[in-house]
Amino acid sequence: MTQAEAAAHVPALEAHWGGGASPFGATWQKTMMWIFIVTDGLLFSGLLCGYGFVRHVSPVPWPHQSEVFSIPFIALMTFILITSSMTMGTAVTAARLGDRRRAINNLIFTIVGGFSFLACQAYEWTHLIREGARLTGNPWGPPQFTQSFFILTGFHGSHVFSGLVILIITVIRAAMGKTPAQGVELAGLYWHFVDLVWVFIFTLFYLL
Amino acid sequence: MTDMAHAPEAHAAEAHAHAEEAFIWKYVFSKNHRVIGIQYYVTAMVMALVAGLLAMLIRLQLAWPQRDWGVLAKLFPMGYDVGGGFGVMRPEFYAMLFTMHGTIMVFFVLSTAPVSGFGNILIPLQAGARDMAFPFLNGLSYWTFFVGCVVILSSFFVGAGAAAGGWTAYPPLSALKGAVPGSETGQTFWIIGMVFFIASFTMGGLNFVTTIINLRTKGLTPLRMPMTLWAMFLVAVLGLLAFPALVAACLMLIFDRHFGTSFFLPTGLVLNNVPLLGPDGKTFLHQGGSPLLWQHLFWFLGHPEVYILMLPALGFTSDILVTFARKPLFGYKSMVGALWAIAGLSFIVWGHHMFVSGMNPYLGMAFAVGTILIAVPSAVKVFNWLATLRGARIRFNTPMLWAVGVVSLFISGGLSGVWLAQSAPDIQLHDTMFVAAHFHLIMAGAALFGVFGATSYWFPKMFGRMMNDTLGKAHFWFTFVTYYGTFFPMHYIGIAGHLRRIYDPYQYEFLKPLQPINQLITISALILGSSQILFFVNFFWSAFAGKKATENPWQANGLEWTTASPPPHGNWPGPIPEVHRWPYEYANPDFPKDHVMQHEPLTAAEMEVKAAEGPSRHEH
Repeated sequence: MTQAEAAAHVPALEAHWGGGASPFGATWQKTMMWIFIVTDGLLFSGLLCGYGFVRHVSPVPWPHQSEVFSIPFIALMTFILITSSMTMGTAVTAARLGDRRRAINNLIFTIVGGFSFLACQAYEWTHLIREGARLTGNPWGPPQFTQSFFILTGFHGSHVFSGLVILIITVIRAAMGKTPAQGVELAGLYWHFVDLVWVFIFTLFYLL
Repeated sequence: MTDMAHAPEAHAAEAHAHAEEAFIWKYVFSKNHRVIGIQYYVTAMVMALVAGLLAMLIRLQLAWPQRDWGVLAKLFPMGYDVGGGFGVMRPEFYAMLFTMHGTIMVFFVLSTAPVSGFGNILIPLQAGARDMAFPFLNGLSYWTFFVGCVVILSSFFVGAGAAAGGWTAYPPLSALKGAVPGSETGQTFWIIGMVFFIASFTMGGLNFVTTIINLRTKGLTPLRMPMTLWAMFLVAVLGLLAFPALVAACLMLIFDRHFGTSFFLPTGLVLNNVPLLGPDGKTFLHQGGSPLLWQHLFWFLGHPEVYILMLPALGFTSDILVTFARKPLFGYKSMVGALWAIAGLSFIVWGHHMFVSGMNPYLGMAFAVGTILIAVPSAVKVFNWLATLRGARIRFNTPMLWAVGVVSLFISGGLSGVWLAQSAPDIQLHDTMFVAAHFHLIMAGAALFGVFGATSYWFPKMFGRMMNDTLGKAHFWFTFVTYYGTFFPMHYIGIAGHLRRIYDPYQYEFLKPLQPINQLITISALILGSSQILFFVNFFWSAFAGKKATENPWQANGLEWTTASPPPHGNWPGPIPEVHRWPYEYANPDFPKDHVMQHEPLTAAEMEVKAAEGPSRHEH
């Protein structure tokens, strides 16, 4: 049997999972980042399930979100964050193509977008706290409403912040020529994940 | 792809260049998987000593509750009422004992020693990798765990003592600082310690999964992986999927405890006969939360968590049984499938811990059915083990005794599991000593026996020496007999209505006749505890002065036995061996010798058969 014949006999499973190489054609760094994203995502789903549970069992009716929040403003925040995901994607592609200048510019756009989002969130928090929103209670109904709000948006905001720290390190290292394309890609994976989580929070907390 | 294939070789060369490292980088802040594994293992064993001593105090209390323990009162002044000739244990001290015994044993011993300890030692060796995928993260994971241990241990010395709300930390007990003395600073330390533990376990799990997916050596297809490697993979996946729920719960608990939220706290709480009112003095401080939320989140983690303890022991047992029975593992594919089934089912059965929480009976029925289903893959494993042993010329060395012990405990503990899985009997048995008997046999006992078995079996790969077989056997028999002696009678007193976690059972008239049984259990437990000295003596003596081990002292087949004992930095001095067959090629009549190792190439005759039958022939 020749080598080629032998190769033809190898089924797909063995070809990808036969050892000696990554089954997904991804480096271990990328594999690990994906697994980390799954586990971190489950952390948010734990919090979201908790929010759903306390809302479901709340003896007091849940307030109408549109009367508490300015939904167009939240939509603007969402738009900013999703736009930053787009610039992030452009940066990853540019880094892969070796266009360092374009990668750095787009990383900076992403960082600006991330900080604008955090600024909007700070504004929103201040506004609500002035209206009486507290961890212990609020003027609109069940205390769990603001509790879930602060814990969900706060925990997400801290993720955005850590994403920004990663992006700033990446952009500095990229400017020094030290970040390989994969480094930009890994930072990008995390950033997209943080944005995706926001889409869930926006839908489940503000809209539903 | 090519640079990936060369990466391990580069790693080995790099490792060689750093061979002359300072002691602190080589043995303390090491990045070597074997050193980190041993660090995890030894730390877990130190924690086991602490938690074991707590168990002894629990047992003394249950056998002779109102007795004056003069010496103990001097040793633990905070736990015993002294003065006036009294040295009787305080109830809140008893609550702290069982809380911390459970917490330390479940997380810091039995999740750590088999998973983080043996996982780190064995995964690169069995998968044919130079090290874990990300050695730095691995070292960081150990030191994070170490900080968690320090936090948990120091909680005994803060304020009113360590956490006392049960290892499950149910609110409102754990959420209200005034509920038990331990719910003050002790519970805060408990949460912080747990968060450190989870962070460390997550870092470890990321490494485990990535290493097993990406760094297996050429030819090591999933269906040629040893059962231990399969178990480690699934355990890491379980940890990564389940622990985030507990982190979310801990986060909310911290907010409930320190920032006045009410996620877990309902309206109308009364503490020490005083209503817990808010600053206005009219309305309740906490409103509208639900303690059930904690139970759901905790047990969503908690049930996969007990399989995190169990699965490595099942993996070790399969590998050890086969080696000492000198026969192929019966039903390898069904064994792998059973592990997958157990791991998968563990995510949809958490409600069986909450049958008496007032859940909808139909929901309870669904959880009961799911739980009983677990008996199917479990039985598959047991029957496969028995079939592996059937007709074998068994070599009864220490590892084999422990492996048989695991099978025995797995059956005894599993049978009572079928009772508890059904919601109707569980209403009677819930929170009784029957439950304590059940999980000590199956989850704690089988995991512990698995760890002891793995220790004696893979000791050559840890320290390059053999453990003393005579001492090991003595340790096994003392432990085996007293383990059953301790936990088997608990079934009986549990059915008789003896609740767990009660400070003085004999305050209740109907429990008074059970005192002699409790005394028997305590005597057995004390012997069980003291016979562990045999293990520690054997461990340290053998590690430094045991017989030098050869490369493959047990004539086993896995890749870990193709390198020196202990393996050098980079695991194989030369190139990494390639895998050509499954790990259980024992007593194959086509071969003159009785075992064929995984890296031995196929013979000409085997090649012919493979060409005729297709490539899956040698994957059983």
